[in-house]
Amino acid sequence: MSKRVFEGIKVVDFGWAIAGPLTLKYLADYGAKVICIESLQRPDLLRTATPYKNETPGVDRAGYFAYFAANKLSISINLNKHEGLEIARKLISWADIIADSHRPGVMERWHLGYDDLKKIKPDIIMIRNSNQGLTGPAATHPGLGNHINGLSGIVNYVGWPEQEPISLMVAYSDYLVPHFAAAALIGALDFRRKTGKGQLLDISQFEVGLQLLSPALVNYASNKTEEKAKGNSCEFAAPHGVYRCKGDDRWCTISIFDDAKWQVFCRTIGKTEWLIKPEFANLDSRKVNEVLLNNLIEQWTVQHEAEEVVKLLQQAGISSGVVQNAKDLYNDIQLKERECFWVSDHKELGRFSYLGQPSNLSTTKAELYRDAPCLGEHTEYICRELLGITQEEYDKYLVEGVFE
Amino acid sequence: MKIDEQITSALFEKEHLSMGTEKEILNSYRVLDLTDDKGFLCGKILADLGADVIKIEKPGGDISRGRGPFYHEIKDPEKNLYWFAYNLNKRGITLNIEKEKGRQIFIKLVQTADFVIESFKPGYLDKLDLSYLKLNQINPRIVMTSITPYGQTGPYKQYEASDIDVMAMGGLMYITGNPEQPPLRISLPQSFLLASAHGAAASMVAHFYRETSGEGQHVDVSAQECVLWEIANAIPLWTLNQNILRRVGSYMSGRWADTKQRLLWRCKNGYVLFYILGGAFGVKTNRAIVKWMEEENIAPEYLKDFNWDAFDMATQTQEMQDQIEIPINKLFTMFTKEELYDQALKRGIMLCPVNTSKDILENTQLKDREFWLDVEHPELGTKIRYPGAFARLSETPLSIKRRAPMIGEHNSEIYHDELGFSGSELKDLQSIGVI
Repeated sequence: MSKRVFEGIKVVDFGWAIAGPLTLKYLADYGAKVICIESLQRPDLLRTATPYKNETPGVDRAGYFAYFAANKLSISINLNKHEGLEIARKLISWADIIADSHRPGVMERWHLGYDDLKKIKPDIIMIRNSNQGLTGPAATHPGLGNHINGLSGIVNYVGWPEQEPISLMVAYSDYLVPHFAAAALIGALDFRRKTGKGQLLDISQFEVGLQLLSPALVNYASNKTEEKAKGNSCEFAAPHGVYRCKGDDRWCTISIFDDAKWQVFCRTIGKTEWLIKPEFANLDSRKVNEVLLNNLIEQWTVQHEAEEVVKLLQQAGISSGVVQNAKDLYNDIQLKERECFWVSDHKELGRFSYLGQPSNLSTTKAELYRDAPCLGEHTEYICRELLGITQEEYDKYLVEGVFE
Repeated sequence: MKIDEQITSALFEKEHLSMGTEKEILNSYRVLDLTDDKGFLCGKILADLGADVIKIEKPGGDISRGRGPFYHEIKDPEKNLYWFAYNLNKRGITLNIEKEKGRQIFIKLVQTADFVIESFKPGYLDKLDLSYLKLNQINPRIVMTSITPYGQTGPYKQYEASDIDVMAMGGLMYITGNPEQPPLRISLPQSFLLASAHGAAASMVAHFYRETSGEGQHVDVSAQECVLWEIANAIPLWTLNQNILRRVGSYMSGRWADTKQRLLWRCKNGYVLFYILGGAFGVKTNRAIVKWMEEENIAPEYLKDFNWDAFDMATQTQEMQDQIEIPINKLFTMFTKEELYDQALKRGIMLCPVNTSKDILENTQLKDREFWLDVEHPELGTKIRYPGAFARLSETPLSIKRRAPMIGEHNSEIYHDELGFSGSELKDLQSIGVI
């Protein structure tokens, strides 16, 4: 077992869906005790989405939820009951960090806003993740990460020239926000360790989403230039694109930024006749004749498997890749070697692969030490062991439906 | 107190982007940033958290300065907007670490630093005897963060890759695009920005450990794995159901049964983002949409008394889905995206416009939150507007102290004022190509 960076740090997550919980994955994977507050009345959105084990729906059989929830604990409490809220308040006294990713206003309904929390625990850190931030005229507008794909404008850069944009299928900012939010949150935790001061973190998914589009925004602000979708082309490289390979929906990418690599490429694939074509003599001419160039390259790639093309090109130092689908990724030898997925036998899901951390730390490597929780799996443990609730009280709550 | 007031009263004064403050998370920490464009954002995030980030360029400047976009479209390495955007808040020096003298200077700087960030090919720094192990001997507290396409280990560690190759290998391209067209990347390079943002967070994990244990360590980031974070439930769909998530154009698929839901919709003057959701979460939006249709006299009979409470995406058929989407499409094409968003805000409908850069610069929510940052560029005789803070912290607000550095701008500050090189020594270093 590696050393755990956040051993002893206590986190309670009132949030749900992706961006909030994924932020806390940083803490859980490095040893913090992260408790998800859940409720049978209102299961996490991801617990009611596919895939399910054996395609049979069930909150504990949902792979989307489990994929991100390794190393966390789950308590089921009904916050609309007085006793449920009492337990929540006890958890706040116990915790170092409280997280929320509901629409601003939801926590206030339970009287669990930052001011309320400070009264319970003066040095608490509260991180609130919302679509558009805690203030401003649109703060309470409901929405999910997919809506941010429109708001941030990233959709404008997905598509082919002169065609309508194509939305990303994924809620891009949901998986992006956690990096920024975790950097700030860990910083706040260290500041608290040194000064004893807690604080409130207000994370707007819209504002974080714009960080990855900064150059385009600065370009508009300075030059009034709206950047546009360019398919798979790049103004600094040719060839640069996706090429069909042998098989059903198999593709590879190739990207060549300079003339020397172009020459190596032609020799490597045995097309020395392209070396003397004036249309392809340099980057500028290859850009002008890019359609012809891409057609010729595809006539070659389509005769080969994507993996073969990439292996051959990489041996010659040519930048390229296989357009990998989920099956390819799962079997990717590089990802395996780096232990990108954490495999375990989950009591409901069976053999299951969790998402690990996308980097390896030399001394404190992240690891799986607890399966993703079933809904409310740790309710009794948390109440009895962590909060010191008596057996009698616990049984009474159980009968009264406080844990539903 | 109203909910809005409660939230606001808990917030800080508008000092989230003050021009330098004592109360900074990484105040008194130093970062040496050796990266090229694969890693700029990592150092920028640490700088925003208060660190003294020194961007180290090769003499003559980083190669990325030659690639646009440029201020006023003037091709000049000192007018590169990509450089401006992601090296904001750093100082800058030139140093050739391939020369022995340069290497020695770098080692001196490592003694003063807390983080080193780099994005060279794995093995490059080993050859210069500047590996993590070496840096650790010089300064055991150092956190070194390496950002590369596939990481420092494994069979692909030496693979050549630009953004498109990593987007492909990480799985995002396969699920992006129209089914009858090739897989598609995002035209603005993203993979190394994702890797840089993760690199900053992972560096903070290592930083926290260093602060509590006294030990530094090596953070080895794989951009491929950072892209993999973005592909939602594609991996569990495969491992649990042997179902390969495929691209379906402007729809979402793989969430509920075998149906797909439209995400992007055309309206009078552009596009909006909207999709039908079931369960308790979708009820309010779905009812409000139908009510709006009724007001416009376009609500079909089958939607007027639709039982949204019983509406379950898991048992939804594609036929039903399409039946619901037809009148929605009709409603949206009657209005502009501004009108639709205005109604969405009023009616509590989960819908957002697809904003252009112009729209974003004029967005009232961002204005109200004072998001934008106007940074002085004296050499250009102007201020340039940048996206502001990525997070608002009530006790330790992020701070912006300076525009991105010019080539070798702080050579004198670092080499002369701090390391004590004389003017003539600096001239010598310059003449032999070290700085």
